[in-house]
Amino acid sequence: MNTRQQSKLIYSWYGKPLNSDRKLRTSQYTGILITSESTKTEACIQLGDFILVEGVNADQPYVAQLMDLYEDGAQHKRAVVQWFCRLEEIPQNKRKLLKREISAQEVFFDQVLGYDTDIAAETIIKSIMVLPLHLGEELPIITLNREQTFYVRQSWDGKCFKVLSPDTFSKLKEANKKRGVITNSSKAFIPSDILTPVKRETGSVVRSATKSKNPDMEIESKHSTSKSSLAKERHSQRVANNDIKTPTARKKLELNSPTRSKSRLLGCEVLGLLDDDCDSIAPLEPSATKRKVKFPSEILGSPPKIPCSNDKSKSTIETAEERQRFSETMQFSPYTKVKDFSEKDKNLHEKDDILSLVGYQKPSSQIPVLTPRSRRTCAQKTSALIAEQISMLDQEDFQSGSDSSYSSNSEEEEDDDMPCTPEKKPKSSRIFSTPKSSRKSAVHTPAKTPKKTPLQGTPRTPRTPRTPRNATPEIPRRIQAAQEPASVLEEARLRLHVSAIPESLPCREEEFQDIYNFVESKLIDGTGGCMYISGVPGTGKTATVHEVIRCLQQAAENEELPPFQFVEINGMKLTDPHQAYVQILEFLTGQKVTATHAAVLLAKLFSTPGPKRKTTVLIVDELDLLWTRKQNVMYNLFDWPTQKHSKLIILAIANTMDLPERIMMNRVASRLGLTRMSFQPYTYKQLQQIVSSRLKGVKAFEEDAVQLVSRKVAALSGDARRCLDICRRATEICEFARQKRTPEIVRMAHVTEAIDEMFSSPYVNAIRNASLHEQIFLKAILAEFRRAGIEEATVQQIYHHYVALCRVEGLQSPTVSEIMAICSRLGACRLLLVEASNKYLHMRVRLNLSQDDVMYALREE
Amino acid sequence: MRPTARPSSARAPASLREPRIQPMKPSAMNKRKLKESSAESAENISQVQKILRERFCHHCAAGKLFGMEQQYRHLLELLKRTTVHGESNSALIIGPRGSGKTALLNHVLKDLREMKQVRENLLEVHLNGLLQTNDKVALKEITRQLQLENVVGDKVFGSFAENLAFLLEALRKGDRTSSCPILFVLDEFDLFVHHKNQTLLYNLFDISQSAQTPVTVIGLTCRQDILELLEKRVKSRFSHRQIYLTNSFDFKQYIKIFKKQLSLPDEFPDESFAQKWNNNVQHLSEDKTVQAVLQNLFHHTKDLRSLHLLLMLAGSAVTVHHPLLTAADLQEASRHHSTDSKANIVHGLSVLEICLIIAMKHLNEVYDGEPFNFQMVYNEFQKFIQRKAHSMYNFEKPVVMKAFEHLLQLELVQPLERPSAAVQREANSQSTRPMAYMSILRNASLWKLMAPSSTSGAMYLRVPTCKGTKTPKVVPRVIPSTGTNPACCHIKSLLCPRLNATVVVPALGINLGSFIPQFLNSN
Repeated sequence: MNTRQQSKLIYSWYGKPLNSDRKLRTSQYTGILITSESTKTEACIQLGDFILVEGVNADQPYVAQLMDLYEDGAQHKRAVVQWFCRLEEIPQNKRKLLKREISAQEVFFDQVLGYDTDIAAETIIKSIMVLPLHLGEELPIITLNREQTFYVRQSWDGKCFKVLSPDTFSKLKEANKKRGVITNSSKAFIPSDILTPVKRETGSVVRSATKSKNPDMEIESKHSTSKSSLAKERHSQRVANNDIKTPTARKKLELNSPTRSKSRLLGCEVLGLLDDDCDSIAPLEPSATKRKVKFPSEILGSPPKIPCSNDKSKSTIETAEERQRFSETMQFSPYTKVKDFSEKDKNLHEKDDILSLVGYQKPSSQIPVLTPRSRRTCAQKTSALIAEQISMLDQEDFQSGSDSSYSSNSEEEEDDDMPCTPEKKPKSSRIFSTPKSSRKSAVHTPAKTPKKTPLQGTPRTPRTPRTPRNATPEIPRRIQAAQEPASVLEEARLRLHVSAIPESLPCREEEFQDIYNFVESKLIDGTGGCMYISGVPGTGKTATVHEVIRCLQQAAENEELPPFQFVEINGMKLTDPHQAYVQILEFLTGQKVTATHAAVLLAKLFSTPGPKRKTTVLIVDELDLLWTRKQNVMYNLFDWPTQKHSKLIILAIANTMDLPERIMMNRVASRLGLTRMSFQPYTYKQLQQIVSSRLKGVKAFEEDAVQLVSRKVAALSGDARRCLDICRRATEICEFARQKRTPEIVRMAHVTEAIDEMFSSPYVNAIRNASLHEQIFLKAILAEFRRAGIEEATVQQIYHHYVALCRVEGLQSPTVSEIMAICSRLGACRLLLVEASNKYLHMRVRLNLSQDDVMYALREE
Repeated sequence: MRPTARPSSARAPASLREPRIQPMKPSAMNKRKLKESSAESAENISQVQKILRERFCHHCAAGKLFGMEQQYRHLLELLKRTTVHGESNSALIIGPRGSGKTALLNHVLKDLREMKQVRENLLEVHLNGLLQTNDKVALKEITRQLQLENVVGDKVFGSFAENLAFLLEALRKGDRTSSCPILFVLDEFDLFVHHKNQTLLYNLFDISQSAQTPVTVIGLTCRQDILELLEKRVKSRFSHRQIYLTNSFDFKQYIKIFKKQLSLPDEFPDESFAQKWNNNVQHLSEDKTVQAVLQNLFHHTKDLRSLHLLLMLAGSAVTVHHPLLTAADLQEASRHHSTDSKANIVHGLSVLEICLIIAMKHLNEVYDGEPFNFQMVYNEFQKFIQRKAHSMYNFEKPVVMKAFEHLLQLELVQPLERPSAAVQREANSQSTRPMAYMSILRNASLWKLMAPSSTSGAMYLRVPTCKGTKTPKVVPRVIPSTGTNPACCHIKSLLCPRLNATVVVPALGINLGSFIPQFLNSN
């Protein structure tokens, strides 16, 4: 994906400032013009239009309605929007409030207060359709372009869903109508599929810019041809003005450009927009099809536009023809109705509106019929037929169709997750759009179809036989129901299991409060930060952090805190440190990409301000495993929170207290900061409290027994897991020991047995149960060690002692093979450490335990 | 199975063949009787052999467990709780090789599967450290055994990372009460410990310690120090439940096991034969020589597998005309069992090779175990030839070299691996005789056994040596063979005082080479 063509987008104001505030040095505008440099297409978005806005997930741009456009004092183009939220943006637990199935195309009128409605204008991708529906109303059947159209039925205010108020409803409806969309048209003929070169230098046809491509929609131009000439003139002026501004706009874009997916996306979106603007699909061949003669000659200064002027003459020749065709189109469409709307709509912006409706067109060597130009008119007449063919072709040749469509909107590929090479795409599109291949260009038209906004997990193209993202398999259900604990001991055992989640975490109140305060303060401030948490295994680090997150989530639900996202990665659960990027990105956006790409996307994500950005709380468990030689994973992780817009809070967990000093480079350690917390091993009192809090209400243990376990564990490791495991084992021993059905509680004896089982050294027992010759061999080793004074000997040396010992014992001395067998047996148990056996008698042997232990074990007998 | 109903077509030739093979059969027996009884016993014998074979060769759950009742109950309870209550657990079964770890587990699983509440309620995943050599392979195997791969459709399984995330996700989705418990059996557990970061173990143990799909992890290993190998985080997540299997029985129990392993079951078709056989086994167990054989084996190893091997060897002696085991059979088997492999090789050597070995032995004694090279050996050999020229043919040097080469191939002599300090010294001393040194080097490189740079022509004698003075008489007396070779006698008379007994210890003479080592009989 990263290799995709990057088309530069130029954002420029459309029209003159409506009113400007001198003090604030802001000026408002009615529309914004998005020009794609590479494809020479322009799109205009006006107030009230529905738009897609770049989001965290490139697959899922945000849906919004454009409310206001202004340029602030710092010459930044800003936009004020009314958000719509997708189902994916609504917290999982709230989704069930809906009590109905939600199609992917349904959005909710967003009334959540927390979101920033003021966004940078450069984040606008393209315009789309959002249709208001009544709650009971069925979704209109959509076959093509469905991803371009959204439906709204309910509003969402962060807590519950409400039916759209009539006021909002009508407003939304209005906004759509204004755009010349007639929803209920069932015309099979789709004007949008026909290339209608609209604009000429001389007298271009002014058309509805915001025409929807939805095949079910009638696409309509708002303007009568009579108006057009007037409009055109003004328009061309404006365009010229706008174009002059281009350099600055472009610069801005270039700033964004390293994040390839988005800028790329923008590029294609613009193309898509352009397609929207015209009734027809603009073939993408830049030079041959360039008819964009509307620009005055100053534009020639910008290199990509040169071909325009070259083509001027050509295009003029075609003008008449085109116009004729266009008028036909107009007749096809019930445009009068639309016109009525627009007429009614005589608002302040009307004029600009009209201007904006000028379609920018790269016409028309590619009429679907792909015939020589002379036949174009015929083609028009038979367009209904063509449309049918097209839809068939669409099915057959979807791939090639989408390929060519990529030229106009390559964001398609994005949701396909297809690894496409950037060089390839533009090329192919060019090929397809050349009139040479008739079929392909015919296909080209329906290719518009895929110009829907990418939706997650919708496998549309046949060449993506990928697993749907959420196809995680499940472990089969059990056939018989799990038995519930029947006795006190079983109940106790269940509660003592490490996995049992206690209501509260005793003995970690302080740590809990510290972490909670840290995260809470960062959340409220909307800033980022790191915290490093260390402690030996089993001291409740992860449990405490999870508890904190749980409480914070609860608080966020109760609206005491701003909402946040929670992401967790575990170094031990990654196969490679770089996989951390992949997992984080997948948590955040649901995208699955390669590690390097994910790193880039994340860096972009955290370094740029995004609308609707929530704070992210990231838990990095087992941090030390993210260590790489260059430490770039750690570096990035700790660098992001320091970025201004990242809103990232990192809680890093590891075992060693001095990890930052020991393994991290200075630049990493300094970014980690000094917010550290160390979890001390539990003391016996704490362990006791932990056990008894879990056993609350169940009389299964003697008080002393619990204390014994706690003291024992505290003395050894302070690992709460060990403590619980021992207690659990003790209940088993107790159950095992009791013969009658008398209720029994765990006593000291049981606990002692459990402790012995877990902590006793196996070596002594193993030696005692070894065979006689094995014991003699060990004795021989001891003898040799004592003789030589070194704790290492070869088998040959040991053999001498061995033979002597056998004579003392009155045993037949074994053969060398048997000696070797004994030696390797002891070696397999790791009572001995032995060399590779190919050395035979010269194999060196060492004891794996102390000589005293061996002597102790052997003397007993 | 009485021979009455038996179609004799298949059996008849066998029964006819038997008498022919055994011409020494007492002629007093009349032919018909002979035929009948042999046919009958042939049937029985094949039955017996089948039973014994199954018992000794298959390490299946059908075998009995000895001396591990407590461990059995522990493990059974553990797995029962997993299946019935959905409790997650982890445990290690630790015991030396052949102590019955797998047998115990198989036994428990077999019994578990027969329980009504458990049937079909447990998914099993068996992994072996020798097969799943890294986590990637192990994950694939787990997915395959859990039959999760069909959920993924025809997608070729993705990267290791994808795999892991996929599996963890699958396991995370489950919960105690509704998901089917999974039993992970990790055979050769110690090998999993060496996987990178112990990722697999961490994840398995982590699941077993968290509220996810109930999982029980059972590891089988023979290493006593296994817990020390676990990484601290992995160790903390392991429940520290260890089931130790030690062959803790004494000799009396060993005898009992011996009897149980040999005796025929009650359901044996021919009761009278079974009776006879079992009586014989009882008899054997009380026999002094048998007890001595068993005692010897018991002293060497308590491993039941070696008892099986012994009984297998003995049992193969059972034929129609030798229907019952005898003490001699067991003795013979024991002899086979404890043969020294190197001694066997020495048996097959030619006179020249033996001479060379003796020469090396001399050198070894003279230089106190220092490495030597071919030239030294050859010189030593020449000295011997000069002294005893009348009894020994003087071989050409290339022939001697060939013999030396052969010894190398048999790995009785081992080329030195790395030039140590001592070897360096040796090499320097060799530089005074450059020709010999060069020839050694050349030959060494020709044999491809030594790289010229690393060897410097020095070698170790791989035959064990003992200090002559202290050495006790360790060589078992060898039954003198029939044929006497004069050359052999010579060697014996000449060299035996020098040749230490440990050079060759031919206990049984299975692999009778060109020389019967009578010469070892003395001293």
